[in-house]
Amino acid sequence: MPSDPASVPFDSGKTSEPNHVLEFPGGYTRSVGPVIGRFLSDLRDGRLTGVRTKAGRVLFPPVEYDPDTGDDVTGEFVDVGPIGTVTSWSWVPNPRKTHPLDRPFAWALIRPDGADTALLHALDMGVFEPGAKPPRALRTGMRVRPRWRAERVGGIGDIECFQPEVTMITAPSRLEYRLQGGRALDRFLEGIEQGRILGHRCDVCGQVIVPMKGLCPKDGVPTSEEVELPGTGTVTTFAVNNLPDPRAPEVPFVSAYILLDGAGLTMLALVAGVPADQVRMGMRVRAAWRPREEWTRSMANIRWFEPTGEPDVPFDEIKDYL
Amino acid sequence: MANPCAVIGVGQTAYRTKRPDVSMAGLLREAARRALDDAGLTWTDIDAVVIGKAPDLFEGVMTPEGYLADALGASGKPIMRVHTAGSVGGSTAIVAASLVQSGVHDRVLTVAWEKQSESNATWGLTVSGPFTTSLVVGAGGYFAPHIRAYMRRSGAPDHIGTLVAVKDRQNALKNPYAHLRIPGISREMVESTPMLWEPIRYLETCPSSDGACAMVLASEDAAKAAPNRPAWVHGTAMRSEPIFFAGRDTVNPQGGKDCAADVYRQAGISDPRREIDVAEVYVPFSWYEPMWLENLGFCGEGEGWKLTEAGATALDGDIPWNASGGVLSSNPIGASGMIRFAEAALQVRGMAGEHQVDGARRALGHAYGGGAQFFAMWIVGSDKP
Repeated sequence: MPSDPASVPFDSGKTSEPNHVLEFPGGYTRSVGPVIGRFLSDLRDGRLTGVRTKAGRVLFPPVEYDPDTGDDVTGEFVDVGPIGTVTSWSWVPNPRKTHPLDRPFAWALIRPDGADTALLHALDMGVFEPGAKPPRALRTGMRVRPRWRAERVGGIGDIECFQPEVTMITAPSRLEYRLQGGRALDRFLEGIEQGRILGHRCDVCGQVIVPMKGLCPKDGVPTSEEVELPGTGTVTTFAVNNLPDPRAPEVPFVSAYILLDGAGLTMLALVAGVPADQVRMGMRVRAAWRPREEWTRSMANIRWFEPTGEPDVPFDEIKDYL
Repeated sequence: MANPCAVIGVGQTAYRTKRPDVSMAGLLREAARRALDDAGLTWTDIDAVVIGKAPDLFEGVMTPEGYLADALGASGKPIMRVHTAGSVGGSTAIVAASLVQSGVHDRVLTVAWEKQSESNATWGLTVSGPFTTSLVVGAGGYFAPHIRAYMRRSGAPDHIGTLVAVKDRQNALKNPYAHLRIPGISREMVESTPMLWEPIRYLETCPSSDGACAMVLASEDAAKAAPNRPAWVHGTAMRSEPIFFAGRDTVNPQGGKDCAADVYRQAGISDPRREIDVAEVYVPFSWYEPMWLENLGFCGEGEGWKLTEAGATALDGDIPWNASGGVLSSNPIGASGMIRFAEAALQVRGMAGEHQVDGARRALGHAYGGGAQFFAMWIVGSDKP
């Protein structure tokens, strides 16, 4: 059983189905008089109108007498709203069939600008699942506006409901590309597709750059001398990530800089096959390739790096690669 | 020889998780108006506008200079945008200063901002193309291994990062604009927060903020007419380097060392720790204080953590760092660099309020960005150079 009474529908299943109906044919007729009549006529025109009392207060919706004194109201009608302020509200998490909205909404007392009293009406806060808790944006003091029906007849239902002011819009954003890797990266991925890790040696500094870019970023010269590197290397440094990420098998996961044997710089890769708190700077690792039949032109062919079990490399040997 | 350039106006918004009450343009105008008020100027007095923001994906706003030209009073005037990742706020101020130093303009408005609540910076940092795999989860995921490398290389004890996290948040309590204001902040509180990207704890990282910062930069003649005391620009420098190359020192990047040496040379500084009174340095993760102490030459390599531990960088230390609370307390990324530059200016103008360092005459503003690849620095002083 839900513990929150507000989440329990007042009518449940069987009892809401009537077994007897009493309906006056065509509905009773009501003459509305000059004050209410003015209000309803203006509603039909899409306007909110209040009436001033002798004491100067503006009553909305207008009534024919001043509830404070019993005097007739003046004949002065006043345009109010249409923007108003919520002075109180009650959330309806499970609307009933006869309610004005079929999704969770609030009943609210709404005082239009320029009026001294408030109108009770439905306030649509947007789309919510049945039983939803009141949204944070629903609060006393919030500013709302009427949503008018297109076809109006001169009744309070000419206002379908009230709704919050527009405070935010969303800007969908999607760009579609047709990307090309370029010569160096294409060649690197060709190697990966065949289970080989390729790099380029720079003619100037002699260092092996992997993955190769076709240039040495340090010396600013093109590179072309291909070198194949083994799938073994050393963890230089790493992070233990405790934030979930769809690209990682579990949390925590270790993202590490790995210096492949023979490479001049590190590459970032996942380290697994060892508890995160046992990964060390200087730890020896090897590439864990996916089964050959799953290989594509993608770095995803290497699932991650895992320990080789060899002794750690002393810090002195990796300190210049940090 | 460059013409003199002065900061005659500084304006900031309060930094908050969300500013749903204003549009992006409204946020910028709030900071810009405060800077104009400080300078005793109106929009029409401005000759040119230079703006900076974080990379486009962070907020999904492309070519903001187009839509902001009217909002920043730039109709019929030059407006330009600067891009240098997280250091952009600093680079933007430097580009604006260069328009004055070159003698082209007398009064330049510069504004930097970010409305992080409208987007997701971690997504912006993490997306990658179809040919590469990126395992970096946000900025913390990128910087954590380099912090680990610093700790190993320097032998710094584990609690140094915690000390910085506490010190900067204590300073933030004296800054009404600061985003993270945590009464009673303590080492225990920081240590009790989870490791997000070990070795970085939750409270050792910067927040995500909405906010903008603006400055009015002026020529010597324009500065004479300003109602408040100016901060004079004594030097500006920028450097950059590739993110991956053989032999790169990611912990202590050459670009940062070269940038610092250049700006000190211009300002005639040979001993930064002694000759600079206060520094606003881009420290988004607490460990970057000791790392940048070394990179910026405030001490020798491996010694930065000792300065932090000894309290040298505290508000009452001999070289206060981030008296404003720093990036650790407010981080509208695109603006964070400019806030450092602006806070440095406020200090030497004697206008930093409760976090004023008494008698500050010379200050360093610093920003870095990308994979610690882009550096922007300026030295400002109370005396005209």
